[in-house]
Amino acid sequence: MTTIVNSPKGDPAVREDTPGATRKPRRPGRIRRLGLPYLLLLPALLLEILVHLLPIAIGFVMAFKELTQLYLRDWGAAPWAGLGNFDVAVDFNEPVGKALLHSFWITCVFTLMSVGLCWLLGTAAAVFMQETFTGRGFLRTLFLVPYALPVYAAVITWAFMFQRDNGLVNHVLHDQLGLADGHPFWLIGDNSFFALLTVSVWKGWPFAFLIVMAGLQNIPKELYEAAAMDGAGIWQQIRRITIPSLRPVNQVLVLVLFLWTFNDFNTPFVLFGRAAPEAADLISVHIYQSSFATWNFGTGAAMSVLLLLFLLLVTGIYLVLTSRGRKVSRG
Amino acid sequence: MQRIRALASSAVVVSLLAAATACGGGSSNEGSNESPKTLTYWASNQGPNVEADKKILQPELDKFEKQTGIKVKLEVIPWSDLLTRILTATTSGEGPDVLNIGNTWSSSLQATGALLPWDQKNFDKVGGKDRFVESALGSTGTQGKDPAAVPLYSMAYALYYNKAMFKEAGITEPPKTWDELTADGAKISKGGKWGLGAEGSNLSNNIHQVFVLAKQHGGDFFTADGKADFTNDAAVDAVKQYVDMMATNKIIAPGNAEYAKNQSLSDFSKGKTAMVLWQAAATTFKSQGMQDDEWGVAPVPVQSGAPGAGKATNSMVAGINLAVFKNTKNIDGSLKFVKFMTSDAEQKLLCKTYGSIPPVKAAQSDPAFDRPELKVLRETLATSATALPQVSNESQFETSVGTAVKNLFAQSANGKRPSTADVKAELAKAQQQMASQ
Repeated sequence: MTTIVNSPKGDPAVREDTPGATRKPRRPGRIRRLGLPYLLLLPALLLEILVHLLPIAIGFVMAFKELTQLYLRDWGAAPWAGLGNFDVAVDFNEPVGKALLHSFWITCVFTLMSVGLCWLLGTAAAVFMQETFTGRGFLRTLFLVPYALPVYAAVITWAFMFQRDNGLVNHVLHDQLGLADGHPFWLIGDNSFFALLTVSVWKGWPFAFLIVMAGLQNIPKELYEAAAMDGAGIWQQIRRITIPSLRPVNQVLVLVLFLWTFNDFNTPFVLFGRAAPEAADLISVHIYQSSFATWNFGTGAAMSVLLLLFLLLVTGIYLVLTSRGRKVSRG
Repeated sequence: MQRIRALASSAVVVSLLAAATACGGGSSNEGSNESPKTLTYWASNQGPNVEADKKILQPELDKFEKQTGIKVKLEVIPWSDLLTRILTATTSGEGPDVLNIGNTWSSSLQATGALLPWDQKNFDKVGGKDRFVESALGSTGTQGKDPAAVPLYSMAYALYYNKAMFKEAGITEPPKTWDELTADGAKISKGGKWGLGAEGSNLSNNIHQVFVLAKQHGGDFFTADGKADFTNDAAVDAVKQYVDMMATNKIIAPGNAEYAKNQSLSDFSKGKTAMVLWQAAATTFKSQGMQDDEWGVAPVPVQSGAPGAGKATNSMVAGINLAVFKNTKNIDGSLKFVKFMTSDAEQKLLCKTYGSIPPVKAAQSDPAFDRPELKVLRETLATSATALPQVSNESQFETSVGTAVKNLFAQSANGKRPSTADVKAELAKAQQQMASQ
């Protein structure tokens, strides 16, 4: 709270050495200086409350209300449901709970695979791009294209490419390479999981690439030179220098990728529309459908609260584990 | 620290107040005349695209402004966003004054209490209830309550067929029963050509088709008192019959299982598919380069005999309704605008442009609606179309059963043949999702 203001010139010394007489006239100035940062923070704080905290709070309240279409106009008047909405959401023997659990597992598997692939591809590309060669700048720019494209435009293009009869994917896989028997479906049925994974990785890995590339800039060249002198090969250098040095970068990168992927709404919604195939029923679209398609906003809000709690828990455990790991490795 | 706490709490208070005033609009009960000179109108996307709709509607709105001095702000909303936008507007109370709704949503939206009820007094202001066709009034809200909207455009399903493809397969006249349709379809479905088109991933379209088939099997998806009843024999038979056209009869191309954006209409225009069951498709065919004399129109087939009421129902009552938001700030202007849009002249003009049927009796007699395909649609609406159940959870039914049909199509496309038990299980799941709400 108090670390921010004092100039480095030695105000504390002045304060200690001079008694009341010199202190008094300085006070308003100091208060102003003390208050100024908070004043400057105020707009951000206000917006933060309006844009984030308030809707979350409203969501929490809604989760405890029986909020159907009858109370949509004046949701404050909706009767309290107690834990009813949560009971419905986690009753895994009934269709709603069963579908939510199914969607949750799908999302877990999907997130693990997508984050893993994004990280692997991003790191490999970043390490490879460390060497200077002709065309490096061009390739770097090219790799960042998926990251720069608007999500909606990119995903709708994929949706066209994944069409069974007229899509590019089947044309290449079957007609040109002869890898598939006949034309499989990608947007319905079990394959939809892999279609979604492809788009998600395509969209996500450039971010990993960008972050890892930035992280690599901070590793001193001398380390590699010394290691090379000691006879370490390229693999040993990567294993013993690159990966450990990237640890703090990776800690944040993996967490952010995890949260983004787990919560991703745009990709599945644009690819599949309101009713996602069962094999690719990611949780955020599932919750959307539970609230907006069946008009049961209470249950939807309860599911959102559960999702928020789960993500907080995972993030907490992850941060504790990774920070402890770092301390130990340092000690 | 004190100061910070005070700041933070006053920030919370300010934002809560802001939110409270934003919501406040929703709780006032009747419209007022606070701003009599302006109106906001949400139109649904009826033409080939949003821009086309703006071009069609703007001159009419200008005409209205000239007559009444009221300026109308137009927003054309794509079909896929419309229901969500209406729900959002309902929650926040910050909606348009006048808006389009899909007529099958009438009861669902009526239950939210956000729409102005059309009692005798309000109907009188737009020329009376008698001006409208009976079947169109049937989908304006729950029976026994004042309607939540007035009919604006009416549509019905018909069977569109490709004349050249029929001739090539030696078919002399369009099928009248489903048996004839599957037999004709089988003659055509070979060498990359297919008998019938479908939109397997379009939930609403799935609902329209299986609803009509359920009627033909002597049942419905709801009991007489409005309870969901998805697993009765008529409903199961209806869904199975529709899905079987792909799975067993093989007259629908497997690829149609993933169609949701009217791809079956482009297949039809390209001569890949010989028949589609659609509502007012003429403008779309034209925009895709098909000449009017290349295709014909017939009533949707029935199980046996000729289309009519009851078991011989061959279409749902399709269409768009015009509703007024209850908390409008210009109630008189809104009613004037509804009167204008449902006037004989505007009805003739707009329905002619969109290829729909006027739900206003006096406008129907215009010679423009004597074109053969419109004649079929009009006949159907007058004699053999039934409105979807006007129950408050109709919109949930569209999603849950529509998804069930989509899943069954997906199975069929992958070479499975869903049995009666499979169909029943899928419908039972849909019903449980509704019941546990």
